[in-house]
Amino acid sequence: MYNEKVVDHFSNPCNVGELTDADSIGESGSFKCGDTMKIFIKVEDGRIENIKFQTYGCGAAIASSSMLTEMVKGKTLDEAMHITNQNVADELGGLPPLKLHCSNLAADALHNAIADYRRRLEPDYTD
Amino acid sequence: MKNRLVYMDNGATTPVREEVLEAMLPFLQDQYGNPSSLHTQGREVRRAIDEAREKTACVLGADPAEIFFTSGGTESNNLALRGTARKQASAGHIITSGIEHHAVLEVCHDLENEGHRVTYLPVDRFGRIDPAAVEAAIAPDTFLISIMAANNEVGTLQPILEIGTLAREHGILFHTDAVQVVGQRPVNVNDLPIDYLSLSAHKFNGPKGVGALYKRKGVKITPLYRGGSQERKLRPGTENVPGIIGLGQALELAAAEIPYKMEYLTSLRDQLIEGLLKIEDVILNGHPQERLPGNINVSFKYIEGESILLSLDLQGIAASSGSACSSGSLEPSHVLSAIGLDQQTAHGSIRFSLGRYNNEADIEYVLEKITPIVEKLRQISPLHKTD
Repeated sequence: MYNEKVVDHFSNPCNVGELTDADSIGESGSFKCGDTMKIFIKVEDGRIENIKFQTYGCGAAIASSSMLTEMVKGKTLDEAMHITNQNVADELGGLPPLKLHCSNLAADALHNAIADYRRRLEPDYTD
Repeated sequence: MKNRLVYMDNGATTPVREEVLEAMLPFLQDQYGNPSSLHTQGREVRRAIDEAREKTACVLGADPAEIFFTSGGTESNNLALRGTARKQASAGHIITSGIEHHAVLEVCHDLENEGHRVTYLPVDRFGRIDPAAVEAAIAPDTFLISIMAANNEVGTLQPILEIGTLAREHGILFHTDAVQVVGQRPVNVNDLPIDYLSLSAHKFNGPKGVGALYKRKGVKITPLYRGGSQERKLRPGTENVPGIIGLGQALELAAAEIPYKMEYLTSLRDQLIEGLLKIEDVILNGHPQERLPGNINVSFKYIEGESILLSLDLQGIAASSGSACSSGSLEPSHVLSAIGLDQQTAHGSIRFSLGRYNNEADIEYVLEKITPIVEKLRQISPLHKTD
């Protein structure tokens, strides 16, 4: 059902945990299946200097969270805002169709974290 | 140690026993005759089917003429429910439970669309149906009650003796889906007021794709298909000969070892339950005692079932889950919802179902592996707060 890369990210997820000094925290979730993701970011000079995640959900949810954190570490906030859930799935080499919309929500959590950060720290920011 | 495989999904299906395979093989090779044929080859196969029917009847305490071979539990349930509904002169009322297998529930939904009324009885937190609720639901036009003998997910045994007795007192037909029970616990239709009973061979180390419906003599149903005169016209079509032979052989063998197997599996089951409940925030689903000998169903709080299943699978352990994410439907199991679990607890459920090949070393292996799996997934989960 899952490819090797998904299983690998699920078995050995990167960047798990909380960031106690996070600049922003974003959440996303699927009301339908109950998956919940929480992304913590530390921003330095407009770049994501550090990122961690916590996820409640299936294998796809955990693997896509791990993948996303790897993809955006060191990226500018603008670059990170352009990464979509689909990009994450593609980077994982694909997810089962049913999981695409239900468990692949890590990018949403990240976007929420960034938007919240900008709202607070960039006075001229609009959504 | 890495390649160890522990199969604990016997509620889904069981491996075919060697003796069963051996009994079946001639009918995939030299004994190819059509049992309806008059010639020697045909007659030999007919004799073998008759023998399988006798074995099946003998185990259930039935008459061979009361056994109808089908393609499995789903078809047996369809045949009993639809076949009975179609025999009714006008639309009427059916009583069933909310925790039946889909092979009963979906048929009931269809029958509702055809004009019948169906009462889906609730269950208590252990998954038990209250016979008093059955009695209270009986209407003047109730023609059928269908209650499973044991639940496939949480393993809870149902009071089918009491419910069947009520049905009989009111002159209502009683069907039980006994797919999870036949071959695991003694079932005798002489002791139970049952009019129909569904069973499936692959749940007791027989082949897939074959089952049977026991139908008490004198009870009339309309067949689902039209065709030849096989299975006394109730289930036309050339018989699944190897399957039927396998079913008869598997059931005879399973029935012979029931007393020993029940005790053995119950002991393994209770060891596993005890070990699992030692992990923090784990709850047992189903009834603590009144459950199938090999069924263990627990919920691990704060984590999701599919990710647990996947982790177990990576350790060579096969189990199943009531989690939406593993079912393909996105909805949590209707059974776990019916026993009152909140959505999250239902999503964190795992069923281990034991079979005749499991042993104490398997239990130890699972307990050794599950603890770090749960710990790791909880570390990832935002719902779990560590102090």
